[in-house]
Amino acid sequence: MSDVAGSYWRSGVLDPQGPVGAAQNTILLNATTIMLAVIIPVIVLTLGFAWWFRHSNARANYMPDWSYSGRIELIVWSIPAMVVLFLGGIAWIGSHDLDPRKQIDSGTVAPLDVQVVSLDWKWLFIYPDLGVASVNSLTVPAGVPIRFQLTSATVMNSFFVPQLGSQIYTMEGMTTRLNLLADKPGRYPGLSAQFSGEGFSDMRFMVDAMPQQDFDQWTANTRAAGGSLDKASYAQLARPSSAVASATFGQVEENLFNDIVNSNNPASGTSPTGHHSAPSISDGT
Amino acid sequence: MSTHAPTRAEALEVPLSERGPAPRNVVVSFGFWLFLLSDIVIFAALFAAFAVLSHETAGGPSGDDLFDRSRVLVETAILLASSFTCGLMSLAVEQRKLVPATAWGAVTFLLGATFVGMELSEFHGMIESGAGPDRSAFLSAFFTLVGTHGLHVSAGLFWLLVMFAQVLTLGFRPMVLRRLRCFSLFWHALDIVWIGVFTIVYLGAH
Amino acid sequence: MLGKLSWAAIPFDQPIPMIASLLVMLTILAILLLVTWKGWWPYLWSEWITSVDHKRIGVMYILLALVMLVRGFTDAIMMRSQLALAAGGAQGYLPPEHYNQIFSAHGTIMIFFVAMTFMVGLMNFVVPLQLGIRDVAFPVLNSVSFWLTAAGVLLVNMSLFIGEFARTGWLVYPPLSELAYSPGVGVDYYLWALQISGAGTLLSGINLTTTILKLRAPGMGYMRMPIFCWTALASNLLIVAAFPILTATFAMLLLDRYLGFHFFTNEAGGNAMMYINLIWAWGHPEVYILILPAFGVFSEVIATFSGKSLFGYRSMVIATMAICVLSFMVWLHHFFTMGAGADINGFFGIMTMIIAVPTGVKVFNWLFTLYGGRLRFDAPVYWALGFMVTFVVGGMTGVLLAIPPADFVLHNSLFLVAHFHNVIIGGVLFGAFAGYTFWFPKAFGFKLDERIGKAIFWCWFIGFYLAFMPLYILGLMGATRRMQHYDVAGWQPLMLVALLGAIVILAGIVLTGVQLVVSIRTRDQRRDPTGDPWDGRTLEWSTASPPPAWNYSVLPAVNGLDPHWEAKKSSKSRLQDGPDPKSIAVPRNSPIGFVLAFFAVMAGFALIWHIWWMAVAGLIGALMTILAHAWRVSDEVEQIVGSQRQRAAT
Repeated sequence: MSDVAGSYWRSGVLDPQGPVGAAQNTILLNATTIMLAVIIPVIVLTLGFAWWFRHSNARANYMPDWSYSGRIELIVWSIPAMVVLFLGGIAWIGSHDLDPRKQIDSGTVAPLDVQVVSLDWKWLFIYPDLGVASVNSLTVPAGVPIRFQLTSATVMNSFFVPQLGSQIYTMEGMTTRLNLLADKPGRYPGLSAQFSGEGFSDMRFMVDAMPQQDFDQWTANTRAAGGSLDKASYAQLARPSSAVASATFGQVEENLFNDIVNSNNPASGTSPTGHHSAPSISDGT
Repeated sequence: MSTHAPTRAEALEVPLSERGPAPRNVVVSFGFWLFLLSDIVIFAALFAAFAVLSHETAGGPSGDDLFDRSRVLVETAILLASSFTCGLMSLAVEQRKLVPATAWGAVTFLLGATFVGMELSEFHGMIESGAGPDRSAFLSAFFTLVGTHGLHVSAGLFWLLVMFAQVLTLGFRPMVLRRLRCFSLFWHALDIVWIGVFTIVYLGAH
Repeated sequence: MLGKLSWAAIPFDQPIPMIASLLVMLTILAILLLVTWKGWWPYLWSEWITSVDHKRIGVMYILLALVMLVRGFTDAIMMRSQLALAAGGAQGYLPPEHYNQIFSAHGTIMIFFVAMTFMVGLMNFVVPLQLGIRDVAFPVLNSVSFWLTAAGVLLVNMSLFIGEFARTGWLVYPPLSELAYSPGVGVDYYLWALQISGAGTLLSGINLTTTILKLRAPGMGYMRMPIFCWTALASNLLIVAAFPILTATFAMLLLDRYLGFHFFTNEAGGNAMMYINLIWAWGHPEVYILILPAFGVFSEVIATFSGKSLFGYRSMVIATMAICVLSFMVWLHHFFTMGAGADINGFFGIMTMIIAVPTGVKVFNWLFTLYGGRLRFDAPVYWALGFMVTFVVGGMTGVLLAIPPADFVLHNSLFLVAHFHNVIIGGVLFGAFAGYTFWFPKAFGFKLDERIGKAIFWCWFIGFYLAFMPLYILGLMGATRRMQHYDVAGWQPLMLVALLGAIVILAGIVLTGVQLVVSIRTRDQRRDPTGDPWDGRTLEWSTASPPPAWNYSVLPAVNGLDPHWEAKKSSKSRLQDGPDPKSIAVPRNSPIGFVLAFFAVMAGFALIWHIWWMAVAGLIGALMTILAHAWRVSDEVEQIVGSQRQRAAT
């Protein structure tokens, strides 16, 4: 019973399954503890002072003109200053240690590259080195650092797997980077954390972390299952649709991700030379 | 302390911040100054947008391809000259001299109108040649920044016309004088903004 | 002829907005009929609509805020009930296209037309009284500001019945808000309504800043200014510096949408990240524009009801101005997850935390104001204590969100939603209600019902904790904001608790109306003949309740902080020397605000629906109105002292 209750409260961010999420969990707990050490006394003192210095309490000392004390001023400026100094250190070090771009050191294990594209309203995951791709489900080997490159084909979204840690925005014409790792096999829900329109609520995917040999098997099965992701099928996929079932592609056109980043709409056949020099304008408006 | 009109000696002893409500002239000029500051924040946002987007020509023409710097230099000289004549107008107004005030006002108007005319013809030429604001993000930012300044100058010209009418119908009464003072603040502020536009947009074009 | 407008714009097929707008229109019609039948039009026109008296304008702002609170709360309770239902595959009763409009409208209305309007109303009413002067620097402009805000309100509410509202969230991030992804009129309603009301807010900011810096009673140096005036000064300086950024940013988005510009589009080099930077360069100062006056209210309330001077006045002033400056250096913390480098994120994280220092100082100073006081537990004190307890929790979660790596897992989650409601309800709204209860007798000459007032507090206090503590937990569990339904059935019980909290708050809102009605009906027992019902400290309590149109017959002479308190101690009956003048020049009424707002609504509506002739007509109308006003030669009328009509809300 307590186990069930425990697992209910320990879900999402509070149930980290990788080093990034675990470190963030520690920061959350430490920072909360430090601040509670100040906040709980403040709340108690507020209620205590208000109660003791109530109008009807004749025993309380009334000091109508007491409105300044240099010593207290010094204390009231230094308590929050010291807390902030301490937390500022956590913030600075944490920002660097947990920079989404920073690669996760995992000894001899080589990282796996995954390219993520947010579409209206589904997620496309391309494995450039394996030549496969999937929609709305992300299969990864457990214990292997995953190196994500992310972009959006339409509006902004945010790629987020609460149990693995850090989220990052996906933006059209830009590439953001993120590094995550799943410690052990399991299924971890992921979602878009940035509102993106009508189908937003169904922009969910499942991260399926599995042992390396299972992952290799999955790759082989995906290749065997066929399906090809080229410009034409990508254009088909890019059309707005919501609550899309997960699917896989056994073959992926090379450089598709870069084409998506560099041209505002590879599907419509506008200039592949890049977003910043597209010759035709206002075709979208 | 009392509220009778303080003598000079009394007034000097009391710090400025404790002398009670400021006179109307001061209040109006100060309020208008704040308005100008907020207007300059608008320009600051547009400058920032221009700085971010100035390289985003999307394969279209760049500033270097489009701008005729000598022509803009003439525009600048005209606008600065109008600020000078506006100052002469203010001096005449302070001395309540209707004829010189009107004359310098008219010169200021003509110079300002010439500036707007030259800007409009520059815009027209660019749009004709396919370099309109919908061509690229760079041009969007250019037309918006320079156009907003141009709109301000045009609004100033309209204001100046209204002030002619006010002076002629109402005379140099305090209300009209306050407005003329605000107008000259406005006109000089537009000069300052234009210096920024000239340096950053035109001289800094690449 | 009518641009994009057609019968299809009326949502006949959607029962909720149809019924809501019919009810609203029937109510408005009933009020108009009542006013006509009772013959109140001349009174309303000359005493309220065209009034340039800062007190009347303040009251109208607050009335507008209370009405919009009902509207914004209706959206809130619809969202909470939708999420209580839409669990584990269920879709609830609000489809996404409707739900998305509701949360966008809720945020827009609550920030711009409730919190902002309420605070501007309080500052308008209180600041000139506290400064010991007769009106604001520019009384006619003040009326224009109010009516432009009302014009924005009208446009936002029209979107309910004609067309649609934005479906993009309350800050309309592009590219979603660009024409390519939001082709409807919703975003245009948002943009034009806020451009118009934003102009009003900016003018109001200029007005109040000028008032505070240039018009104070003789002897009132800066360090003798009541603390509420200091917070109002900081807030209005922020308005002057921040609102132009909003205007410029919205103008760029409008150019994108109307003329095919490419500021924030996905094509031709547009940059949506720039919008997000610009909007938060306004948006973060905005939260301090809201909270600083609330801090001022609490400072006044705690000092007054403790019967003590505010502890550490000088520290409070420094802290207020420090927050004012720092609030411009933290905007990036709203998007740590954009992928800026660790140095940038770390810098903005630390800057954000530094704001917690002056804020913490304020909390401690309130604490020491209580210490050694003789605290009377009137309703405003409930709000103040409730605030101190609640706000520190919101501050703590705010500092958590300021740690970039923590934000990476909390950003955009329901934890964030809980955080900003924690500070906005627990800070701004509690402050608004404390101020409303505190200064109501000054405005109308009688106190609000205390018992109901305390009940309202308990409803909000308990309702807040019930509604938002579950959201903190849900956020940690991985629930994100703005979702219309969710898969995890286990979240439903917490969503139900949150709904319960919203229902408790609903009781508080209903009671606010009840309190007003009961208090007005029993006003004769509640009269305050002294003008000083709370044993106040600052100048506003030295004049009659309600004050005469000119506030002070002779401007009070000030020689310290808390001049009214000092005068009472030395049993001096009045702060002024010299006899009352026989007559006083007060600013003349002007219809310009109302007429300008009429043309602004006309032009705004026309621009939203692309009815170009009407837009031109509206703009010409506005211009003609201003020109006509420019030839008004007398700004003031003489009023005989002592002949003032009784002006309580009879």
